[in-house]
Amino acid sequence: MIGLTHYLVVAAILFGMGVFGIIANRKNLILILMAIELILLAVNINLVAFSAYLGDLVGQVFAMFVLTVAAGEAAIGLAILVIYFRGRATISVDDVNRMKG
Amino acid sequence: MNGSSDLVLILPELVLTVGALVLMLVAAWGGQASTRAVSWASVAVLIGAGIALAGPASSGADAFDGLFRADAFAAYAKVLIYVATAVSIIVAPAFFARTSGDDLRPEYPVLMLLAAVGMGMMVSAGDMLVLYVGLELQSLAAYVLASFMRRDTRSAEAGLKYFVLGALASGILLYGISLVYGFSGSTEFDLIAAAYDATPGTGLLIGLVFVFAGIAFKIAAVPFHMWTPDVYEGAPTPVVVSFATAQKVAAVALALRVALDAMGPALLQWQQIVIFASLASILFGAVAAIGQTNIKRLLAYSSINNVGFALMGLGAGTSEGAAAVLSYMTVYVVMTLGSFLVVLQMRGADGEPIESIASLSGLSRTRPGLAAAFAMFMFSLAGIPPLLGFYPKLAVFWAATDAGLFGFAVAGAVGSVVGAYYYLKIIKTMYFDPPANEIVGRDASSTLDYGLIAVAALVISPLGYLLIKPLAPVTAAAASALF
Repeated sequence: MIGLTHYLVVAAILFGMGVFGIIANRKNLILILMAIELILLAVNINLVAFSAYLGDLVGQVFAMFVLTVAAGEAAIGLAILVIYFRGRATISVDDVNRMKG
Repeated sequence: MNGSSDLVLILPELVLTVGALVLMLVAAWGGQASTRAVSWASVAVLIGAGIALAGPASSGADAFDGLFRADAFAAYAKVLIYVATAVSIIVAPAFFARTSGDDLRPEYPVLMLLAAVGMGMMVSAGDMLVLYVGLELQSLAAYVLASFMRRDTRSAEAGLKYFVLGALASGILLYGISLVYGFSGSTEFDLIAAAYDATPGTGLLIGLVFVFAGIAFKIAAVPFHMWTPDVYEGAPTPVVVSFATAQKVAAVALALRVALDAMGPALLQWQQIVIFASLASILFGAVAAIGQTNIKRLLAYSSINNVGFALMGLGAGTSEGAAAVLSYMTVYVVMTLGSFLVVLQMRGADGEPIESIASLSGLSRTRPGLAAAFAMFMFSLAGIPPLLGFYPKLAVFWAATDAGLFGFAVAGAVGSVVGAYYYLKIIKTMYFDPPANEIVGRDASSTLDYGLIAVAALVISPLGYLLIKPLAPVTAAAASALF
């Protein structure tokens, strides 16, 4: 029987993978955008699992809002990536170093 | 409560939203030529929203069944947010006119208005969902604004860094919210507070840690500060004005709202996090600023340092502490607006912006008025009496000692001494080094900026202490709305 815990564990693993993908990835900025999506989807699994477990619809409404915002975020992220690529002709993470930081 | 009376309570947000959307259409039809008109119209919209705050929007009622709180605390934070946003719109045309390649576009003031709507929702949130949507509205506008100078690679890089780390912060915050929702059974602040009041389980505590980590990112508190110097350096200066003032106020007010309103009963749990973040920000902000050569990076570390002091008032966990945070943020906004307005006046013979601290050498001889104003802002940020910057620092130390946190207050005071070093170093550069003659005289386009600098300098001068008496009951009333 698959219960709440299973969903929470899957979400936690996905969340960890997303955070790890942002921190450890040294190659490609597109991968970072994908890692961000992974984090948001992990949150959605959490929200929907809790919503079903609690018998409360708010979690599913929240998940819809997260999906919508994630779409906007991805659009803006890609737009910024495009103007960055125009100026620098690279999307490698190691090259994001005009400023020390 | 029926629908129309809810709409009265969110009148400031309605004014801003409708204003922003109408101006977006004006911008779409008018094109580049409408930039100045749209800028001034958006300042007028902000003033209108500020006037709307005086009505039912600050009455203390809850709109939409508790989703949105129209209380004195939110109204106070919104006044600061609107003023800071208006200044960052006003200073933009002159800045973009001087930089080569990138013109100011009419979308700039519209995005600023939308960010102001998001910030207003953040500080008025009574529910995790409203908090999240407000935060994202503000953040998405901010990502675009940070990369607004499309031909400048530093601006694009700043936008990219801000986007990646901001999205990570939102993700961490959301993960925390999902855990808090799951283990408390609600996203409403009142019900979450009730869940924390009964002995909170591990799930609720992990959720609390994630939520505070996400908020620490947004207010740029150590250890989640690393994006701040790069974003402040790369983003266009008028945008940084908004980041350092309006967004800082909104994020700190959000931290107060979540900590005291939603998680008030878990004081002992979050107090440790806040105290650690506060001391780490004060010390790291002070030490890391010392070696900086870029004035915008230095002010970024200064903002990290100042957020540490603001968190000290929150760490006290009392109503006096929250009032001290509000007065701290008020004075901080004035000092920071003044400092950045001076930075905007730093420009070379061709009008190009200069950002190196070395170019300030001997400014007292070439530009005595500007140097005197900048010296006042620096002394005030360092918290040296008799300037007004001393008072809110004293207020947060008082709040911490009143709450019995003597070690915390003493460590903060030591940190403020370390912090004074780099502020004084700038004053030394301006007054005792041989003139570098890089910064040229004023021109007609900056008369308004000089007026704003003069007002800011007047407020933080010893005369500003006259404001404390009328301000104190207002901040106290605003803070008590959280308890």
